Amino acid sequence: MRTNERKGGKRGAVVAMLAAGTILGGLAMPAGAQQEGRRRRGAAQEAKAVELAPDQVAQLTKIANERKLNVDDLLAAAKTYTPSGRHDEYVLFSSGGQSGQVFAIGVPSMRLLRSIAVFTPESWQGYGFAGKDDPVIERLKFKGTLNAWGDTHHPALSETKGDYDGQFLFIGDKANARVAVIDLRDWETKQIVKNPLTISDHGASFVTPNTDYIIEGGQYGTVLGYGYALPEDYQKSYRGMVTMWKFDREKGRIDEANSFALELPPYWQDLADAGKLASDGYFFVNSFNTELATGGIEKGNPPFEAGVSKRDMDYLHIVDWKKAEEMFKAGKATKINGFPVIGLETSITEGLLYFAPEPKSPHGVDVTPDGKFMVVAGKLDPHVTVYSIDKVKKAIAEKKYSGKDTYGVPILDFDAVMEAQVELGLGPLHTQFDNKGYAYTSLFLDSAVARWSLGGDFAKLHSEQPWKLVTKTPVQYNIGHLSAAEGDTVSPDGNYLIAMNKWSVDRFLCTGPLLPQNFQLVDIAAPGTAMPVLYDMPVGVGEPHYCQMIKADKLKSWPVYPEVGWNSHTQSLDPRAPKKGEEGVTRDGNKVLVKSIAIRSHFSPEHVEVNEGDIVTWRIVAAETTQDATHGFCIGAYNINLSLEPGEFEEVTFVADKPGTYPFYCTEFCSALHLEMMGYLHVKPKADSVSDARR
Amino acid sequence: MCRVLEAIVGPRIPVEELRAHRLRYATPTVLFMVARVLLLVSIFLPYWHMELEAPQYPKGLFLTAYVNHLTGDVREIDGLNHYIGMRSLGEAAAFERAAGVWMVVAMFLLVEGAAFVHSKWAVLLALPAIAFPIVFVADLYFWMRTFGLNLDPGAPLSASVKPFVPTVIGEGGIGQFKTYAEMGTGFWLAVGCAVLTIAGFVFHRRAYKPLMERARGALQEAAA
Repeated sequence: MRTNERKGGKRGAVVAMLAAGTILGGLAMPAGAQQEGRRRRGAAQEAKAVELAPDQVAQLTKIANERKLNVDDLLAAAKTYTPSGRHDEYVLFSSGGQSGQVFAIGVPSMRLLRSIAVFTPESWQGYGFAGKDDPVIERLKFKGTLNAWGDTHHPALSETKGDYDGQFLFIGDKANARVAVIDLRDWETKQIVKNPLTISDHGASFVTPNTDYIIEGGQYGTVLGYGYALPEDYQKSYRGMVTMWKFDREKGRIDEANSFALELPPYWQDLADAGKLASDGYFFVNSFNTELATGGIEKGNPPFEAGVSKRDMDYLHIVDWKKAEEMFKAGKATKINGFPVIGLETSITEGLLYFAPEPKSPHGVDVTPDGKFMVVAGKLDPHVTVYSIDKVKKAIAEKKYSGKDTYGVPILDFDAVMEAQVELGLGPLHTQFDNKGYAYTSLFLDSAVARWSLGGDFAKLHSEQPWKLVTKTPVQYNIGHLSAAEGDTVSPDGNYLIAMNKWSVDRFLCTGPLLPQNFQLVDIAAPGTAMPVLYDMPVGVGEPHYCQMIKADKLKSWPVYPEVGWNSHTQSLDPRAPKKGEEGVTRDGNKVLVKSIAIRSHFSPEHVEVNEGDIVTWRIVAAETTQDATHGFCIGAYNINLSLEPGEFEEVTFVADKPGTYPFYCTEFCSALHLEMMGYLHVKPKADSVSDARR
Repeated sequence: MCRVLEAIVGPRIPVEELRAHRLRYATPTVLFMVARVLLLVSIFLPYWHMELEAPQYPKGLFLTAYVNHLTGDVREIDGLNHYIGMRSLGEAAAFERAAGVWMVVAMFLLVEGAAFVHSKWAVLLALPAIAFPIVFVADLYFWMRTFGLNLDPGAPLSASVKPFVPTVIGEGGIGQFKTYAEMGTGFWLAVGCAVLTIAGFVFHRRAYKPLMERARGALQEAAA
C-alpha cells in the first residue's frame, strides 16, 4: 500500500520532469542558435560626435588652403566622403551606354561598385567565355550571328505598387531592340529578348506599377518584322510600335508567349512612362518626326535633323494598356513575324490610342508621384508641359478632339488636356521628382538642372507658387537624363540627384581625345534655391543614358550562392554539378567529360588528357561557401574564362582542336596559393601530326 | 538475493516518517530532478565556442560544439586547416559525438536511479553526471592536442606553421588568426547539474543515513 502510494507520486513527477525538460529544451533551441551569431569582440567603434579642437581647425584650414578648397568644397567633401567599411545609402543602377553593361554606383560616395555584363561579353564575369554552346553567346546571337555589343539605354527597376522592390532590373539595348532581365539576387543577366518587330528601339525599358509588363517603345520608323522598303514608301510601309513584354516574376523571366505589341504610326516614338495610381492602366509615349520626314541629304532634301523638327508640335501618345491587354487576350491581335500585334485600326476603333499635341521634339514624358500629371519636356521648346490625367480622361469621354492624324488617330484638344506650362530654359529633356513637391528637369542646352514647383496636391509640400521655376544649378556639361533618389516612383526620397552629363570637357585630366562622361551628384535635400553640386564622377566606360537610384537596404543580394552546385542560369541547384569524390575524366567515343571541383587552392583533377579533335565538356563547381572566395577558370588559347563565385556551377564545352599542353589556372587571386591553383590540359596530337613532328 | 538488493537500494520510508519530515526527504529528490532537467536541456545548447579572427574575415569565423555535433564555419575552417595539414574537424571525436546524446540520457536515468536508491551506493549512480563536465573538457583538450600536434608535414604551410596545441579556453593564435575559446551555456548547465547532484547527494545522505541506521538497529534488535 505504502509503496504504491509513493510510486504513484514518483511516476507523476517523472512525467512532469520529462515534459519540463522537453519544453525547456525546445525553448532553448533558438537561444542556442543565436549563440553562433553573437557579437564579436572589439566590434567596429561607434562614430562619436565630432568636436573640432582649435588645433584641428587649424589643420583643416591649412589643408584647405594648400589644396585651394573653399568652405563649400569642405562641406561637399563632408557630405560625400564615406570612410572605409561604411556603406552607401543608395545604389545607382546606370546604363553603361555602348559598353553594353550596367554600372552600379554607390551614392553619395559615387564609388563604382561593379559592372554587370548584359549585351557585351565581359571576361571578368566570365560572361560569354564558356566555350561553344555558351548560353550567354546563344542569347546574344541575332539570326545566327553574334551581336556582341549593345547600346544600353534605360534601366528599370522592378516595382511593386509603383515603388522599387529591389528584385529585378531591366535594361534596353537601343542598337538591337533588345530587353535584358537582371536578377538582383546575384546581379547577373538572366535573359535577353530580341524584339521581333524592329531592329532598333529607344523606349526600353519602363515597367507598369506591379511589373506586370515591361514597356519597350520603338524609335526609328521601320517595316515591322525586319522588312524592306525605300523612303518613298515611308508613310505606307513604315510603322512605329510599342511592345508590352509580360513579366513572370515567379520565374524571373519575360514570358514571350504572353507578350504583344501595338502598331503605331511611323513617328519616332521616344521615351515612355507607365501611369500609376490616378493614371494606372495607361502608359504614355512621346514622339517626334510627326512630319514623317525621310531625310535624304544626298538628294538635296533637308537632312533628318531639320526635317523632323519642322513642326511646332509632336504627339504625346496615350495608351490604355489594360484595354489593350483585353484586346490581345480576346485574340484581336494579328501576327507579324510570329508576334501578336494590335493593328492601328483596332487601336482607333477600340479607343486604345489617343494623341495629345506636345511641344516639338520632346525627350521625356514623366508621370508625377501621385499619377495625376504627365510632364513632357520639349527638347526644342523652353517649357515643360504638364498634362492632367483627369483632363485627358474627360477629353476622351467628351471626344474633345482637335482633329485626327494621317492614320486616323484622334488628337485630343491641347487646351483641354494641358494643366500648365513652365518655362525653364533651353533644352529641357527629362524630369524627376522629390518628396517636397518639386520637380527637376535637365536642361541640355543651358547645361543646368532646374528645380520647379509642382501644383495640384503637391503645392501643400512647398512654399512656392505652383508651376514655377525655383532655381537652376549649372552642371558640367550637356546634361542628358537626371535621376533623383527613387525619383520616378510613387514615393520619391529627395536627398540626392544625379546629373548625367554627356560632356566633361575640362572637368578631369585630359584622357586623350576620348573623354569620360561626368556624373555629378547634386544635393537636393534643402528646399528653395540651395542646390549645390557635391561631386564629379568620371565614367570612362561607355556613355550612360539613364539611371535609377534605389535605397540600398531594398536590395537583398546573395553574399554567396545558396548551395554548392548552383546553376546561375536556372537559379537552382544543378544535379550535374560534380560532388566531392566524383572528380575525374570519362570518355564516350570522342566525347570527353571532365568533372572538376575548384576549392582553395587546387583544381581536381589537375591533369586532363584528351585527343586532338575530342569534344570536351568540363563541368566545374566552386566548392566554396565563404563570401568573396571566388575562383576563375581559364584555358589559354581556347578563349575560355569562367567566374566561379562561391557555390557556382558552370559547364564549358569546346573542341580540343589545337594539340599541345595547355596550362589552365584560377584567374581570381583566391588565396595565398592562388598561383599554385593550376593544372594542365594535354591535347594529344593526331597520329599523323605526331609522325610529322618526329620527321 | 532480496536482502542483497535491499542492502543496495536501502529501506523504504515509513508513511508516518514521510509525513513528519516531508522536506527532509523531498530535498534530495528535488535537487536530483532539477539536475536532471539541466542536463537534458544542455543537449540543445552549445558546450563550447571558438571564434577565429583574421583581417580577411571581418565578421570572424565561428565554431560551436554541442554534445553531438559541430556547427559554424566548419567547412571554411577545414579549408583553411588543410593548408597547415590539419585533419578535418569531422574526424575528431566521432565516437563522442555519436554517443553524446545517449550518454547524457544514460546519465539522466542514472541520476533518476540515485533518487530511488537510499543507500550510500547512490553516489555510484550520480558519479557520471558529477564527472561529466571534467571529462568533456579533458576530451576536448585531448582532441585539440591530437589534431594540433599531428600536422601533415607535406602541407603547403608546414614550414611556417609548426605543430601546436590549440587553446581550449581563452585566447590563442595560429598564423594570422587570433582565437578566442570559451565554454558555452550547455557546458555550464552540465556544471550546474554536477553541483546540484553533489548537493542532492549531501541531502540524500542527511535524510537516508539515519533511516538506514534505524533500520539496521531494528534488524539487530530483531536478531537479538
